[in-house]
Amino acid sequence: MAESFTRSEMLPPLPPPVTERGAIKWMRENLFSTPLNIALTVLGALVVYWLIAAALPWWLNSVWNASSLGECRQIVEANAGPGATGACWAMIRERWHQFLFGFYPPPEWWRPILAFGLLFAALAPVLFAGQKRNLTIVLGGVLVYLVVTLYLAGAPALPFALSLVLIVGMLALAQIQPGRLLWFTLLYPALCFWLLWGGSVWSPIVAMAGFAILYAVFRLASPLIGLAPAAGAGIVVAVVWWLYLDKTVVDLLQGVLPFGLQSINSDQFGGFLLAIVIGVTGITFSLPIGILLALGRQSDMLIVKSLSVGFIEFVRGVPLITLLFTASLLLQYFLPPGTNFDIILRVIILVTFFAAAYLAEVIRGGLAALPRGQYEAADALGLDYWRAQRLIILPQALKISIPAIVSTFIGLFKDTTLVAFVGLMDPLKGVTQIVRADINWKGIYWEPYIFVGVIFFVICFGMSRYSMYLERKLKTDHR
Amino acid sequence: MKKSVFFGALAATTLVSGMALAGTLDDVKARGELLCGSNTGLTGFGNPDASGNWTGFDVDLCRAVAAAVLGDPNKVKFVPTTGETRFTALQSGEVDLLVRNSTWTSSRDSELALDFVAVNYYDGQGFMVKKDLGVSSAKELDGATVCIQTGTTTELNLADFFKQNNITYQPVTVADDSEAQRQYLAGACDAYTTDASGLAASRATMPDAENHIILPEIISKEPLGPVVRHGDNQWGDIVRWTFFALLIAEEKGVTKANVEEVLASSADEEVKRLLGASGDMGVKFGLDNAAFKNAIAAVGNYGEVFARNIGEGTTINLARGLNALWTQGGLQYAPPFR
Amino acid sequence: MTMATDAPKDGFRLSMLIYDTRYRSYTIQIVVLVLFALAVAWLLNNTVQNLAARGKEFNFGFLWQRAGYDIGQQLIPYNNDDNHFRALLVGLLNTLVVAFFGCIFATVLGVIVGVLRLSRNWLVSRLMTVYVEMFRNVPLLLWILLSYVILSETTPAPRDFRVTDEMVAAGQEPAASMMFFDSVAVTNRGTNIPAPLFERGLGTLDLGFMTLNLNFWAVVVVIAASVFVNRRILSHARATQESTGVRPVTWWKSILVLFAPVIVLLIAMGFHLEIPSLKGFNFQGGILVAHSFTALLIALTLYTAAFIAEIVRAGIQAISRGQSEAAFALGLRPNRTMSLIILPQALRVIIPPLISQYLNLTKNTSLGIAVSYLDLRGTLGGITLNQTGRELECMLLMMLIYLSISLMISAAMNMYNKSVQLKAR
Repeated sequence: MAESFTRSEMLPPLPPPVTERGAIKWMRENLFSTPLNIALTVLGALVVYWLIAAALPWWLNSVWNASSLGECRQIVEANAGPGATGACWAMIRERWHQFLFGFYPPPEWWRPILAFGLLFAALAPVLFAGQKRNLTIVLGGVLVYLVVTLYLAGAPALPFALSLVLIVGMLALAQIQPGRLLWFTLLYPALCFWLLWGGSVWSPIVAMAGFAILYAVFRLASPLIGLAPAAGAGIVVAVVWWLYLDKTVVDLLQGVLPFGLQSINSDQFGGFLLAIVIGVTGITFSLPIGILLALGRQSDMLIVKSLSVGFIEFVRGVPLITLLFTASLLLQYFLPPGTNFDIILRVIILVTFFAAAYLAEVIRGGLAALPRGQYEAADALGLDYWRAQRLIILPQALKISIPAIVSTFIGLFKDTTLVAFVGLMDPLKGVTQIVRADINWKGIYWEPYIFVGVIFFVICFGMSRYSMYLERKLKTDHR
Repeated sequence: MKKSVFFGALAATTLVSGMALAGTLDDVKARGELLCGSNTGLTGFGNPDASGNWTGFDVDLCRAVAAAVLGDPNKVKFVPTTGETRFTALQSGEVDLLVRNSTWTSSRDSELALDFVAVNYYDGQGFMVKKDLGVSSAKELDGATVCIQTGTTTELNLADFFKQNNITYQPVTVADDSEAQRQYLAGACDAYTTDASGLAASRATMPDAENHIILPEIISKEPLGPVVRHGDNQWGDIVRWTFFALLIAEEKGVTKANVEEVLASSADEEVKRLLGASGDMGVKFGLDNAAFKNAIAAVGNYGEVFARNIGEGTTINLARGLNALWTQGGLQYAPPFR
Repeated sequence: MTMATDAPKDGFRLSMLIYDTRYRSYTIQIVVLVLFALAVAWLLNNTVQNLAARGKEFNFGFLWQRAGYDIGQQLIPYNNDDNHFRALLVGLLNTLVVAFFGCIFATVLGVIVGVLRLSRNWLVSRLMTVYVEMFRNVPLLLWILLSYVILSETTPAPRDFRVTDEMVAAGQEPAASMMFFDSVAVTNRGTNIPAPLFERGLGTLDLGFMTLNLNFWAVVVVIAASVFVNRRILSHARATQESTGVRPVTWWKSILVLFAPVIVLLIAMGFHLEIPSLKGFNFQGGILVAHSFTALLIALTLYTAAFIAEIVRAGIQAISRGQSEAAFALGLRPNRTMSLIILPQALRVIIPPLISQYLNLTKNTSLGIAVSYLDLRGTLGGITLNQTGRELECMLLMMLIYLSISLMISAAMNMYNKSVQLKAR
């Protein structure tokens, strides 16, 4: 008898009990695992419900077509019954361009748009030095962006074509010699300045020529009188060029080859254009100053060190708003009698100082994070101070600091809204105020704040996510 | 490092240098543009519209000065200034002229070294309350919460008024007019105090204007006018007489529409001098002889400016009141043009 | 083989100032110092010229002139007859009070959010992420403006609290009612809270430049003394425990020492609360906390708490997993693990960035300008500056005060930081 009471084959597995699978299991584990968790979940759900219940009707009753707030209110009441409230996006529809460009003349909108696109083309070679694939992706993105937005902004054919040629050229260059793209980054400030403010094409070129002169003098003179005096001589010649010859040469060239863009005054800048201009120029110019300050703070030289520390601590110790009031109220006392220049430029200068102090601390953190061995190795190779910094220390320190630099930039970008308090047209308060002073839109307040807030959120959130991605990618040490 | 040097160059190239503190007229002519300090946005008096054009009662005076000096009412750059920055902007030469609802007071003349050259709007501080509050006089406001804008003379007047009448109040300070109106409408204050013109402008744009009343007390004198820097008399004269030209034009019936016609046909000697048909009054100011004609042709006479921006046909709906011509019982009185 | 060349002679040549590392640093420092001195001299010279051109002089005498304006929120007595310096003090205290409460609330909220963000509860951790990202990526100014709008738009007007005879007859309830046993009223013009009053108060002490509220200081002194005595009791208990192994029972002593003296003092001074009540236009009695203060405080708290939450999260995640596993192995429950093992260690990572958040919050109080909160910037840098036209003096003084506050906070916090850091041996 071969009757067996043992099973010869496995039974098919039973499905897990209903409380241990699917949505129920997930909910048990993630929402209702302990009494505390249950309470928190209920509380959270209540908050979400309360927010939605409060805001949803207002969103659903949105009005997009109206010419005044009063008309909006009538339309909402007509559609949803008396007493109903609704968003009046018609205001955004009428005034969106002031939130984005301020008073920048509409036919010229393509210029800030182009400058904004090229900003990424200029940043890419720094962020992805020599990485063909990433460069191609970024430049391709810029190309698509430019084609779409320049078309929408109705850019004239010539600049449209030229900018596309430029990007396509850069794309080609990225395939052959990606390192060379850095030249575009160096030229970009002048190009951007010219695009935004307009005027003769020669002024940025002649201003940039000052650097060429500086370099030429330095190279020619350094074998004769040594490095440091040569650098000094170069700077002196360049400053003379900028202060005394610049204008004459520009006028001369402009007389011979008149070519330029309509010149736009700073007072026509406003909205996000202003915020981005102040934020980006502030951070760009503050980077070199910040590096110098950080090196100064690490220096062994007592005077250099104490001056750096004094500057950094002073600027970090006072609120930005007092610095802005300094730009607006006090700078005129500190400059020679009779000098007076653009409030935007004054604000940018003070914002640059502000950002420089913060960047100095960020970079100091990067410098401190480098192992001592790196400094010793540079010394052992016999490199002098500047070579050691340029070749060994700074590249590593800056790489470590990139995420912190990005978050400093986000902070600075958000803080540009404070310029409203010195009478500039920032998107949040400046433009909102003139909209609310308009008789048609008097009494509106949610819509502009939400509109501006969402744009700020998208930009800042995008940047912070990107910096986190960079942080992960740049982590080349022990993994 | 290179970039920081470039920044210096940038600063140098955009310097508007050589702004001597005397000789504003020459600066304006050389620049080809008048820099006019304006409000950051005040309904009816100075505010940019959707396409960025500034309009308003104060703005028109700037345009008239630009038309007189440069021959073109559009050659003005409006520099928005806040309550805090306005006088500094003028002192430092950032603006040539400030037309921004600024009250003429003795300390502003003496301590701040400013010159108020004329009064383009006679105003006074008043109170607005909701009708259902059941108040008919400002003296009944004991214990009330009062909304008030900071950085103006109104907070001083308010403190003085309540002290004189031996009653108390709770100030709620707000940053600007639209915010004050929002606060008041939301009920965050019982009364809103500012210049009576501003109150009327606010009330006119409220959805339920009939439920708000402006109390009869006017607790201060608020002569609002254009301001220039101390010590540049020629420039002060130009601004003052441009304003007076608008007044004389109203008195003599010269309007934006008929100015050319009057120029050709008028027999009135003062009008002829004003419009540059006889004499060389314009030249004596260092301007073109047709300067004041240009100003009138650009914005119209005082009455037209008033009616177009804040007068009874507009939403703001202000009566002329004190600002009527002296011939009609008001205070606006121009010295003879000769 | 070539001979090594002789060491260069010790003679001093001018070029050694640049090329010899022994002298170069002196050269550089002297050059920098000279340039700095020249720059300062240039700035001072310009300032003197500009002041002369405008007929102004540099002195702080205006601080002793009559201010003439009123301030809505005043922690020390002030009226419009007081001088600008008194107004400055009122403003400074207003700045400090926002900063003080802001730091406390932001820390509490930030720690809770930071911990909850790591919670295994899906909904809660997502909500916290949304909150943190929303507040970190939008300018603080927007939050201040929004909280102000929300506070003044969604709260009831004082007259909604009114109960008339007809309403009582008709059995109607008023549209709004007070909270916390009818002691707190939130209206659209501020929050009325009860005020502490003393029947047999000690009065005030006039020191000439300022007056001291003796009631307040008496309470502060007594509490400080109680805390000190309590610490002595606890350290004595600890010493006993360490020497004998038995910890004496201290809880009733602590309670007695901490609370009894204050209660006795308060009763002796006749302490009672003045409950706000609706009279005329407004609630009278009690203390009115203006919405500009509340809005600023709420916005600063929420904004800074989002940053603190990230700091706390990073601090917790920096503690190695082994620590919590070890704690679990010892049988500690999760929340005990958190409070006994993780947080104390995370604190060391958390404190340095926390200091800079406190500094940021303090500096950000100056954004009260957006809601016209009369803080230091609003009084000294706002109305006083405007009425007297002394930009240079007011701005410099204001920056100096802010700088001193920042330096004091960072000094105090750094001292605390040193005390909690691991002592490296």
